[in-house]
Amino acid sequence: MSVPLSAYLILSAFLFFLGVVGVAIRRNALIVFMCIELMLNAVNLSFVAFARSLNSTAGHVFVFFVMAVATAEVAVGLAIIIAIYRNRGTVDVAELNVLKW
Amino acid sequence: MLIDLWMIPLWPLLGFLLLGFFGRRLGRSAVAAIACGSVGLSAGASLLAVGELLSLPAGARRVEAVLAPWIQVGNFQADWGLLLDPLSAVMILVVSLVGFLIHVYAVGYMHGDRDFPRFFTYLNLFIFSMLMLVLANNYLLLYVFWEAVGLCSYLLIGFWFERPSAAEAGKKAFIVNRVGDFGFGLGVMLLWTTLGTLHYGQAFAAAPAQLPAGGGLVTAITLLLFLGATGKSAQLPLYVWLPDAMEGPTPVSALIHAATMVTAGVYMVARSAPLFNLAPLSMGIVAWIGAITAVFAASIALVQTDIKRVVAYSTISQLGYMFLGCGVGAYAAAIFHLMTHAFFKALLFLGSGSVIHGLSGEQDLQKMGGLRKHMPITAATFLVAALANAGVFPLAGFWSKDEILFGAFASGNYIPWLLGAGGAFLTGFYMLRCYYLAFEGSPRAAGHHHPHESPRVMTVPLIVLAVFAALIGFAGFPPEHGAFQEFLEPVFKAAGGAAHHAPALPALPLAVVSLAIALGGIALATQCYLRRPELPDRFAARYPGLYRLLWNKYYVDEFYDAAVVEPIRRGSLWLWQRFDEAVIDGCVNEAGEMFRDAGQILRRMQSGYVMNYVLSFLAGAVVILGYLAFRG
Repeated sequence: MSVPLSAYLILSAFLFFLGVVGVAIRRNALIVFMCIELMLNAVNLSFVAFARSLNSTAGHVFVFFVMAVATAEVAVGLAIIIAIYRNRGTVDVAELNVLKW
Repeated sequence: MLIDLWMIPLWPLLGFLLLGFFGRRLGRSAVAAIACGSVGLSAGASLLAVGELLSLPAGARRVEAVLAPWIQVGNFQADWGLLLDPLSAVMILVVSLVGFLIHVYAVGYMHGDRDFPRFFTYLNLFIFSMLMLVLANNYLLLYVFWEAVGLCSYLLIGFWFERPSAAEAGKKAFIVNRVGDFGFGLGVMLLWTTLGTLHYGQAFAAAPAQLPAGGGLVTAITLLLFLGATGKSAQLPLYVWLPDAMEGPTPVSALIHAATMVTAGVYMVARSAPLFNLAPLSMGIVAWIGAITAVFAASIALVQTDIKRVVAYSTISQLGYMFLGCGVGAYAAAIFHLMTHAFFKALLFLGSGSVIHGLSGEQDLQKMGGLRKHMPITAATFLVAALANAGVFPLAGFWSKDEILFGAFASGNYIPWLLGAGGAFLTGFYMLRCYYLAFEGSPRAAGHHHPHESPRVMTVPLIVLAVFAALIGFAGFPPEHGAFQEFLEPVFKAAGGAAHHAPALPALPLAVVSLAIALGGIALATQCYLRRPELPDRFAARYPGLYRLLWNKYYVDEFYDAAVVEPIRRGSLWLWQRFDEAVIDGCVNEAGEMFRDAGQILRRMQSGYVMNYVLSFLAGAVVILGYLAFRG
């Protein structure tokens, strides 16, 4: 039999959860970024699965949007990280606490 | 009316504005010309207006002029309105003529002063306010200018404000007056709430119907009005500011604290005669306070050594006579005395000023003596004024004071009459004492003074005033039915007082008694200060307690300080330190502190640590999603 919808959804949820935990736990900014990408991709998976299962192209279109946004976000985010590295010499988020009270 | 009533107060108002804005840029002569000229024009306008008033038939001498409505609320209306009737006519003549002479004198007296323009600015403002006060046709306008003259008094008493005693005296005058004015204000308000109008004509017409004669309401109104009069006209218990007011320049003392401002209280009581006639209790109180004040102040004047203080207490005493006259129903006599007093008291003050000027600032009688040789004009005019004040025939004071005393006796107020007669004895004594100490005897002045007669600009007003002080009494001759009394009669007859015309007693015996009493006082003074100068000191040595009591003015100032001023000061201190700073400031500061403390707690959220922020995100997202998921 073809793969049931719930399998895709569970996978998507799991990947999302991994991404969330990674963002919360990891100290390297680049790794945090990768986890954010992971979350986005998990959602993409979810969208595609629903599109297939409900026979609608709306899901696919949404995925394109998400990808475009993700790309832009990565570009800007990496630029910021490079700027931070140049200023602070580190990309460890634990050490970026100048905006403290 | 050919002369517009507004022409009378207009000129001093213009003078005040001109001198106020441009005074310092104009030269001395221009300032003097504007100041004296404006009062002179007022005097001229007053004479013309009164002349026109006289051309009207006796019963119809009443001209009103309304410039503009001022307050119109519901049924109540108060206007910028002027009233010229015999009473206000007398007042404007006194104010403008005496004012004019004093302005001329002051040009000489204030000659070297740095603040010459400011002085005349204030003087003109005063003349304007006083004229408006006596011409006003309703109580509200009266009250406004009552306050205005009080303001001018403050400004002029404290004219040399760099002197601490002068500044204090100005404050004292204003504050004590304020106490009286509080009563006056309450009286006016009570009058309004009961009669609904403050216009003289309407109020007096409505009074007999609305206010039961002898009732509590009208007694309350008149007593409150009288309280204001005791403040402004320096009677017990609010007279304490007047002796201190001598800190001001002598022309100020002459104009404001002798001839005009202090008479505003008498004028107000006379104007309110219809109300007072409805309240016999109030009239009794007025008469008694007047009589007691007359004797009280005269007794203090017996031992004072500052020449201006003697004259100041004399003023308080004579004002007491005027109130005695009002209180016994002899309003015309009181106004007659007001008029004669204005002339001889102004003359006494200006004469004192001439002496002070001639001695380069000396005011202590014990350091004067023998000045008649050096200042003959001043001495002669001062003597005329002193005799007039003492009530010696045929000078002005005799006629007016005697008429008041006769009014008191004839209406059955024997004890006030007795007090008044006693006061006349004391008056004769202290006035001639003052004259002898200053002008007769051997010179006691310290060597470096070169006493000289004052310049003509000062002595001519003295002479003019002396002529008036001598002769003006004949305006009220024969007593009770003279031209003056006939002129004023319609005003007071309409007031409906108890008829005190056609007295059953002949006037002559009492007049002789008054004269004898006054001459007795003069004779005693002559004995003590001219013939045997050692007598006063021996007397003082025999009765040191009495002497100290009089010298310290019965310790009234000290009493007021302890009983009134000190508690208020301490209360204010408590309110400041314990209430304002601790409670009110404390509350406001606490409110601010509260926000700051809340901020201190909330700022800990800003850890600067990105991971914390991410966790907050997640927590929030979980809460919201959870709520949405499990809601249905």
